[in-house]
Amino acid sequence: MSSARLETKGLSKKFGALEVAREVNFRLEAGARHALIGPNGAGKTTFINLLTGALPPSRGSVLLEGEDVTTLAQAKRVKRGIARTFQINQLFRGLTVLENVCIPVSERMGVGGGMFRAAGRRAEVLDEAMRLIGILRLEDDAGRRIVELPYGRQRLVEIAIALGLAPRVLLLDEPAAGIPSAETHILLDAIASLPRDIAVLIIEHDMDLVFRFAERITVLVSGAIYAEGTPQEIAANRDVRAVYLGGALDA
Amino acid sequence: MDAPHTAAGQLARRHRFQWWELLPWIAAIAAFFAFPTYLAFGTQLLIVILFALSLDLVLGYAGIVTLGHAAFFGAGAYTVGMLASQLGWNEPLSGLLAAAAVAGLIGFVSGLVLLRTHGLTLLMLTLCTMALLEQAANMGAHWTGGFDGIPGLSFDKILGLFSFDVLYFRSQYLYVLAVLLLCFVAVRMLVYSSFGQSLTGVRENLLRMHAVGAPVRARLVAVYTISAALAGVAGGLFTQATGYVNLSVLGLERAAGVMIILILGGYGRLYGAFVGAVAYMVLEHMLAKAYPTAWQLGIGVTLILVALYARNGIIGIGEALLRRLRGGGQA
Repeated sequence: MSSARLETKGLSKKFGALEVAREVNFRLEAGARHALIGPNGAGKTTFINLLTGALPPSRGSVLLEGEDVTTLAQAKRVKRGIARTFQINQLFRGLTVLENVCIPVSERMGVGGGMFRAAGRRAEVLDEAMRLIGILRLEDDAGRRIVELPYGRQRLVEIAIALGLAPRVLLLDEPAAGIPSAETHILLDAIASLPRDIAVLIIEHDMDLVFRFAERITVLVSGAIYAEGTPQEIAANRDVRAVYLGGALDA
Repeated sequence: MDAPHTAAGQLARRHRFQWWELLPWIAAIAAFFAFPTYLAFGTQLLIVILFALSLDLVLGYAGIVTLGHAAFFGAGAYTVGMLASQLGWNEPLSGLLAAAAVAGLIGFVSGLVLLRTHGLTLLMLTLCTMALLEQAANMGAHWTGGFDGIPGLSFDKILGLFSFDVLYFRSQYLYVLAVLLLCFVAVRMLVYSSFGQSLTGVRENLLRMHAVGAPVRARLVAVYTISAALAGVAGGLFTQATGYVNLSVLGLERAAGVMIILILGGYGRLYGAFVGAVAYMVLEHMLAKAYPTAWQLGIGVTLILVALYARNGIIGIGEALLRRLRGGGQA
């Protein structure tokens, strides 16, 4: 079997006696459109933190394109192409939308530590940032500070920052939470606009969005993989319906 | 065509030099001619501005909360003083470079340790660093003059042309003004650069800076070192202009004073240091005249008012007024 874009082997995490990830063997293929679902407290965000290196695992390993990155620091993993968004906005609130997107773009282009040229004169950074802002339809807000934006628009900035890193693996932690349902299509369009090769993993509670987006679904319960398969298989799985989907699909 | 890039244009314009940025320098030159008897006061004011500017870099832009910034001012002041008294090294410009180097080195080494911490721990550790230096200066009496300090220093002519003028302070004033201008140009370049942008990123959201792969600690140590070097230059100027150095350059009073100045003027705003220093020293001057025994009470009340009603200081009040004048078009 060829190596996956991102893979975990026996990944476990304990906080004292509480085991929030148990022996997770997970594969995210190149070009995947993969959803991770599960009840609250199933360990979905913890799993993302383990993938990005924000948390060290208690056991097991994380492999990026077959290479063990388990001990690699978060910043180094970002350089290798793992980017994430946050369930609760983590934005540069006092800065404008444009500056928010310029920061990751500068870091990716390796000019984030440049002391001599004004940030406003780096055309390559500005153009790329404006392109991403365009993808998320934030052009009209580009010059506004985050604190002046409604929450739904802020959610889109959250995604623009992650895209600014030109990721090879994109981890989206409940990206649609807080976006008005009339605007979730902007989110889906943005993902659709990405190069097909990028692997996308999405954690989401909006089942409608999950089934529109995902080509593969993993169900996490109490830190362990409970089921995995195509959307059709997951929808047909009686146990999954019982523990989690329940009303969402019947409705 | 132009519409999508107005925000980019805005950002580019912000970095460009504006006509009103000449005003503080014109005012400083005008003061030179208008108040020849106040030049000693003016020199001190310019030194305080440079010191506040260095603090703005770490506190205002990078969000590093420090109460011990006088450590670097003192390191620079003592470097110049000890070089002159111990080695007879009286050349002013190389003295300033030495002050910057020593203060920068102390900033770099202490920053490597301190900047692993945040918040209250960081605050206490900066205070401790300063206290350690203060005690070292107090106990190393052989070199530092201990409690009495080093009085009666004299320095060579600036560039071999202009002598330090103890009566009228003319050359001191212009010399300090020139150094301030140079340092200001460097700081201005820094805060508008991508490096400066990443510092504001650290201030606004540390977690996210890590998540975008920025080498956060290296950036913080870098800015802390640069800021320490600038504070060292300010300290060096102090010793050269006054001809003495003593423990007052290292104390909490000086560290807290410069912080009050920055809060008063508005931190993270480049010109907050200028406005704050002028406001503080004028306020001090007037209050001390009116209430010689209780003038600090007036500073305290002003600070409370600023903290309650004008979080962004005097510059912030100006910005809010400008926005209102423009009919809120920007907001």
